[in-house]
Amino acid sequence: MQGWMEFWDNFIVMLPQLTEKFGVTVSIFVLTLLFSLPLGLLLAFGRMAKNGLLCLMSKIYISVMRGTPLMLQLVIVYFAPYYVFGIKITNSWRFGAVILAFVLNYAAYFAEIYRSGIASIPVGQYEAAKILGYTRGQTFGKIILPQVVKRILPPVTNEMITLVKDTSLAFVLAQVEMFTVAKQFAASQASVMPLMVAGVFYYFFNLLVASLMEYVEKKLNYYR
Amino acid sequence: MRGGMRGNMAGKVLLEIRHLKKYFDGQEILKDISLTVREGEVVSVIGPSGSGKSTLLRCAAMLEKMDAGELAYMGERAAYEAQGRCIYAPKEDLRRIGRRFGLVFQNFNLFPHYSVLKNVMDAPVTVGHLSKREARERAEQLISRFGLADKKEAYPCQLSGGQQQRVSIARALAMQPKLLFFDEPTSALDPELTGEVLKVIKELAKEKMTMIIVTHEMQFAKEISDRVIFLEKGEILAEGCVEEVFSSGQARIQDFIGKVTH
Ligand SMILES: Nc1ncnc2c1ncn2[C@@H]1O[C@H](COP(=O)(O)OP(=O)(O)OP(=O)(O)O)[C@@H](O)[C@H]1O
Ligand SMILES: [Mg+2]
Repeated sequence: MQGWMEFWDNFIVMLPQLTEKFGVTVSIFVLTLLFSLPLGLLLAFGRMAKNGLLCLMSKIYISVMRGTPLMLQLVIVYFAPYYVFGIKITNSWRFGAVILAFVLNYAAYFAEIYRSGIASIPVGQYEAAKILGYTRGQTFGKIILPQVVKRILPPVTNEMITLVKDTSLAFVLAQVEMFTVAKQFAASQASVMPLMVAGVFYYFFNLLVASLMEYVEKKLNYYR
Repeated sequence: MRGGMRGNMAGKVLLEIRHLKKYFDGQEILKDISLTVREGEVVSVIGPSGSGKSTLLRCAAMLEKMDAGELAYMGERAAYEAQGRCIYAPKEDLRRIGRRFGLVFQNFNLFPHYSVLKNVMDAPVTVGHLSKREARERAEQLISRFGLADKKEAYPCQLSGGQQQRVSIARALAMQPKLLFFDEPTSALDPELTGEVLKVIKELAKEKMTMIIVTHEMQFAKEISDRVIFLEKGEILAEGCVEEVFSSGQARIQDFIGKVTH
């Protein structure tokens, strides 16, 4: 009985703090998506560009970002202002560095998703639009992109779910988010319970993300 | 066999192709093709598979770049030859010239995310700068004329092939082209659906719509063409009115027509 009481007390103390820092987790998630989705599209354009140099640079970028650990990228982005520009690193940079590193990393993954989505649209769609007189911009914006969005929803959902879990990597830069708090509690309480609770948070967050995406997929199911 | 040929000789020249050459991978696919199409004419292009019929249409519609020769619509040059190369007019000119023709594809290429109505009215709004109201009126007219009034809110995937092809013809007509290309408009259709599409094209012919039609439907070609072009291995083997080409003494042509119709 006493064990349960202790568990409950710990839980009550921990919950508000976890919840509070869950806000940081969500902000990392939202801000990363907000910037990496458009950046990924630009990168996909670069990757598909006729210009050989642009294409090669995009290719190398994507390959490096996907081929090295996000953890390392976080550290490099954090220290880059100092080593490259000699700017003193302040505390306020911490969160910015986390977001920047996540955005740069996820854009690379999204670029490849966009690229395969764009490549999967039949060339007849471009030709029909061209004959009707659509400009290249109109063709992409009105005809191609909407169809690409529908096709890439499943892989994008995958990346979003991975991103939710990846947010815990922010601890590398000592950015306190939910999992950091959970670990601190786990240490002070000598119990795995806080980590389990954090797991439950992630799970429900992902459940929400997945349901939301499923809803969007259903919405776009009006055509094949 | 419309017999309007002689009268049409006086018609305005809509399309003029001269000495068109086209290579794919170093192979000459079109060899010195010249072709003039006048207002109101219906021209059929027939010939064996791989003879270059689609390539000819695609070059004329500027989906494919010519390697040599001249292309002009209503007297305005879209491409000409200089120093042994084919030079195309500036982009803005090509865009304007491109408004003069439409193309109906073998596999329709409708926009799957747009309803029937939107497929037909979007280009006039986006490209033609028509008001939404005007474009919708025009689109609805075309749609009901082709017997699709009850389908205007449907999406292409909900339509039969024949219905889809009729929508794609309506979509092309909504831009009010002077000239319409068809690349085997019924080849992707089940036999029982070709009739409804051919009927629509016949109606257009009656209205003196200028059309160039690549087709394997010999009976249809006979019925509606003012002129038939027989293409083989990238060359025009015969050209003339229906009787001239279909009863030509050339063994190759008889052979082909026999094969297709039997
Ligand atoms: N994009 C391309 N790249 C390389 N070769 C091509 C290309 N398009 C067509 N060809 C070749 O050009 C030749 C003519 O093709 P085309 O499609 O114009 O023939 P067609 O007369 O329309 O045949 P079909 O009746 O089968 O449609 C063929 O040998 C074809 O293989
Ligand atoms: Mg063809």
